[in-house]
Formats: sequence, structure tokens, C-alpha cells
Amino acid sequence: MPKWGMVIDLDKCTGCGACVAACKTENNVGVVSPRLSSENRSMFWMEMIKMVEGEEYPDMRVRYIPRPCFHCDRPPCTRVCPVRATYLAEEGLVAQIYNRCIGCRYCMAACPYTVKVFNWYEPQWSDERKQCVNPDVSLRPKGVVEKCTFCYHRLQIAREDARAENRPLKEADYRVACQDACPAAAISFGDLEDKSTKVYELSRSTRAMRIMEDIGTEPKVFYLSEGE
Amino acid sequence: MSQDATNLGADEALIKPLHRVSLKLTLLVGILVLLVVNMFIVFARQVGLGLGVTGMNHPVTWGFYIVNFVFFIGISHAGTLISAILRLSQAEWRRPITRMAEVITVIVLAIGGVHPIIDLGRPDRVLNVFTSGRLQSPLLWDVTAISAYFMASTVYLFLPLIPDIAILRDRGGKLRPLYEFLSWGYVGTDRQKRVLENGMTVMMIIVIPIAVSVHTVISYIFAMTVQPGWHSTIFGPYFVVGAIFSGIAALLIVMICFRTAFHLEDYLKPIHFSYLGKLLLIMSLLWFYFTFSEYLTAIYGNEPHEMHIVMYKFTGAYAPFFWGMVVTNFVIPVALLSSPKTRTIPSIMIASISVVIGMWLERLNIVVPSLANPRLPTDTGFYIPTFTEWSLFAGAVALFALGFIVFSKLFPLISVWEMREGESHGVKEVTDRVKSYLPGGGTQAKAQTADSGKASEK
Repeated sequence: MPKWGMVIDLDKCTGCGACVAACKTENNVGVVSPRLSSENRSMFWMEMIKMVEGEEYPDMRVRYIPRPCFHCDRPPCTRVCPVRATYLAEEGLVAQIYNRCIGCRYCMAACPYTVKVFNWYEPQWSDERKQCVNPDVSLRPKGVVEKCTFCYHRLQIAREDARAENRPLKEADYRVACQDACPAAAISFGDLEDKSTKVYELSRSTRAMRIMEDIGTEPKVFYLSEGE
Repeated sequence: MSQDATNLGADEALIKPLHRVSLKLTLLVGILVLLVVNMFIVFARQVGLGLGVTGMNHPVTWGFYIVNFVFFIGISHAGTLISAILRLSQAEWRRPITRMAEVITVIVLAIGGVHPIIDLGRPDRVLNVFTSGRLQSPLLWDVTAISAYFMASTVYLFLPLIPDIAILRDRGGKLRPLYEFLSWGYVGTDRQKRVLENGMTVMMIIVIPIAVSVHTVISYIFAMTVQPGWHSTIFGPYFVVGAIFSGIAALLIVMICFRTAFHLEDYLKPIHFSYLGKLLLIMSLLWFYFTFSEYLTAIYGNEPHEMHIVMYKFTGAYAPFFWGMVVTNFVIPVALLSSPKTRTIPSIMIASISVVIGMWLERLNIVVPSLANPRLPTDTGFYIPTFTEWSLFAGAVALFALGFIVFSKLFPLISVWEMREGESHGVKEVTDRVKSYLPGGGTQAKAQTADSGKASEK
């Protein structure tokens, strides 16, 4: 069984934010007004986080890190869900069931990476955006938690296509939206246990690290950085 | 029994305030009802529009509702736990206190228990907890423990109430059918007394571990996560101590209010307040000990994420609330209650109000700073409650006051039959018991002490 994972090369990443925009459109993630955004109600499945090291110029460095859900192998969020609305699915994806979620937000409080977002209001869609809603991804109602799914709908489609053509699923069949959008090809995606894939090789490179490995969550998103 | 029922002698004072509604009370009830109505309107708006109407945001996903949940459930520990411990240890001075303590528990528990539901994004789906509940989730432990506690404390309030309801029934009046129904045919035969007292004994033993479990698993909601500031092994006992602490304070406030309002000075005497005041002082010191241990380990360990939160509370945005908590929970009560000279009823009232505020601040200090400072330093947040949260908070407090007032007008706030039992048997029983502690104490006295609960027959 595959184990899906992502590798993001921070040495290639320019911080342009194309992945963030692509993710929003692909997954019908709600766009909020500037006022709500200033109230910290923005919704991102893929977010560009800014890490500032050091206090004052020139002794400081700013890093941009694209952050999807890390789809931990030992997720703290699924453990606390009272109704199994979030769970570790087969193939290592941490899934959300929007129709079952009671909106207690315990998973959000338990996630050490703060990747989960909540629908504080009913998502608003402008007329333009209504035209280009992705039909493959369900719209979420207000009051439920959501997050990056590693574009699971794309896996379903790819798998159906492969079955129709009577062939095994290839690495190129299942690509995620942020990966497709990245102009610097910094994002790789694939089966972490298949030796032929790029992510297998990259995730075992000496440049690879994961965020907060010390708390034992075993995230499946790797970052590559020279480390200096 | 029914012959004595109409003639309560001096204890008539306990029944007197019932069924009487003064103008002042009507006014107070009117204000409380307004607050409650406002709460329902504001809550309906929240359900309609979404939780966006509150001040909660990303990453501070829990706010007043969870703070108040922990706070109200904490207050509920006053009652049943204290009353059960006092009854079990045969503390004679418990008699005028236990009923009020038990009422606080039941009402506050009902209000506190609903708080996680008003906090839900989808309250319409709350029954999913039963259809697809996961017992691995600490929230399910809460559901289990709180419903068990509510059940047990309601029974534990009701059982000792039965003989009093029987007295009220025998006195007649407009509400007789209600009392008739609630008294379950109690007429005070020896068998009924025995069964009742056995029932009470069983309940008081059951209720203590349940009460301890309730606040322990509430702390587990936080302690089971790996978040800095929450992931602590002492959270269970720390929460229980805080709960009992705030519970005693709430009990004292209620006692002092109704002592004045119902003219119960002859029943709630300075000695009762002195004893409970000392207990409050002990709990204050215990609370400080736990708080000290909790923060010292964090500071000494100097782990960056933990330290970040500690500094946020000590010197950051939450400094006023943190130091306010230390002053209200420790400095004020210790200063007022340490010396017998200052341990008067007015100063006990001040200390109790201070502790209730302080314990609320403590819950705020636990819930919000950890959420506002997650491990990823880029995601820090803030939390400012809106009118919605304040309305629901005010409504919840008003609902408590309203519930208590309604109860006080339907049932005696001081257990009439237990007071009379104390007057008729208490003194002899205690004398015999004390004699049995001493060298050469009679065996007869010992035997009687062993089941003094059943000593109602002469």
C-alpha cells in the first residue's frame, strides 16, 4: 500500500505563493473579507508562513515556508476527535469528514502545527468564483473544521483512470495542485515507500528534515534545506 | 411524623421564606430573566450566523465557552463533594450547609455541562457523540463523567430532600400536588428511614470518586495534548484542587447572601463561616502550592516553547490576568483569612468573591495563552471576547441565580429534618462518641457511633 508524502525544497522555493493560490482554487477554500482576515479568520489549506530569525537588520534572516497539512503518521489531532470526523485513513492520509464534524475544534487545539482551519461563517462566494468552483471537491458548510487533503480527489480520479486503462497507478498520475503550480518545481509528491519515486530519494537525502520531529508525530511532509 | 409536621417549633424559620415573593425579589428575578432571554437571543444569532460572531479565531479556537465550562464545573465541586465528605466524617456542623452545597452542584453542573455544546460549530450534530463517539477522545470521557456526576448529584440532592418534601406536603397549600408527587409516599416509618439513610450513605460514597473524576478528566482535555502549557502531569489534581477551592468560595457567597435574605442568622452561625473560611484558607495555600510547582518546573526546565508561554503570562499580554489571579486567589484570601480577627463574615465574603474571580482568571490563563502561542512561532494570535460571549456568560450566571432562587422558594434551603435530628440526637451522639475516643470509653457508645447514621430510632 502506498504512503503518500510530500517533499518541499526550501532552497528552490522563492516564496512566490503560487502554491497557496492554486490550493485555494483547487479545493474551494473560502476567501474571506479583509476585515475577517484581520481578525485571524483567513482560511488556508496551504499557507506561506514567514519565519524571522534574529532581531535586527543585518543580523536577521527571513524564511518563507509553504505549509500544507503534514499528514502525520501519528497524528495528535485524530486521537482527540470525539466523533471520528478526522482519522488516519489508509495510505497515510489524515482525512476529515465534514458531514460528521461537530465543530468542537479539539483537533485544532491539539495540532502542534496549527494547520487546521475552521469555518467561522458560511463561506461566501462571489459571482465570479461561483463560476469556477471545482466540482470534484465538496463545499464545506459553516461550523466545521477543514484542512489540506493532499488533493485526495485527484487520487480518486487518477485511480479510476488507471483502472479504466487497466494499468497500475503511475507516479505522474497523482500530482497535487500546489505541486503543479510551483514555478520553481520545489514541491515533489508521491509514494514515500516506493523506491522508484522522487520523494523516496529526496526524503532520505541529507538535506531532508521535518518540522518538530522531536514530538513524535512523524509528519509526511519533508523540507529540504542546505542548512549552512 | 405527620403529627410533628405542622409543629416545627423554632425551625418554622426555615419554612417561612418559602412561597413568599417580595417586590425586591420580583425585581431581581425580572432582571435575571432579561439576562437569560438576552442569552437565548444572542445564542440563536450565533447558531444562525456561525461562530464568527464570537471573538474566537485562528489559532485561539477556544475562548470564554471553554473557560466557563471549566469554571462552572469547578464551582459544582463545592457542593456534593463537600457535603458528602462532611456527612461521611459525621461533622455535626454540616447540618445547615449540605443542602445549599448540593443545590449549587446540580444547578451549576447543568449550566456548565451545556457549555461545550454552545461552543460547537454544529450544535445540531451534538448527538453524533452518541452515534459515532470515540471513547479514546478525552471529550467523551467528559461526557461520561459529567453525566454520571449530574445523575449522582441529583439523586444525592433529592434523597435528603424527601423528608422535607413530606413535611411540606403535610402542611398543605397550593403546591401540595407537587410535594405529594415528589415525596414518593414518604411518611417516616422506620423502614422508610432506614432505606433512605442507606440510600444516602451509598450515594455519598459513590459521589466522591465521581466528583474527583469529573474535574480530572476535564483537565485531561488539555493535558492529553502535546501543547506547551497544557501537557502537564499535575493537571488532574491541580484542577480538582482549584475546583474545590472555587466551590467553597461559591458556597460561602451563597450562604452569606441567603443568611441575610432569609434571616437565617440563627442557623448559619459565625462558627460555620469560621470553619469554612479555614477550609478556604487551606485550599488557597494548596492552590498556591500547585501553581508554584507547575510554573517552577516550566521555568527551571527552560524549554523554549514552555518558556514562551510562561513569559506571555508573566510579562506579556496576559500579565494583568496572571498577576490578578495570584492576588485574588492567594494574596487576598490569605491576608483576610489567616487571622481570627479578620476572619469575620464580611471579610469572608470579600475573600470568597475574590477567589471566584481568581479561579475564573485561572481557567482563562490556562485556556487562552497556550492557544495564542502555538509551537510554530509564526501563528501567534490574540483573543478578545465579543458581546456574544459576554452575553452568554452573564446569562449563565443569571440562570444560576434564577435556578437557586426558584429552588429556595419551593424547598427549604436548610434541611429541616436534619436540623431537627441534630437538635434531638446530635448532642448526645457526639458526647457518646467523644467519650468512646477516650480511655475507658463505653463499648455501648462505640457501637452506637459505628452506625450513628441509623441512630434515628431512640
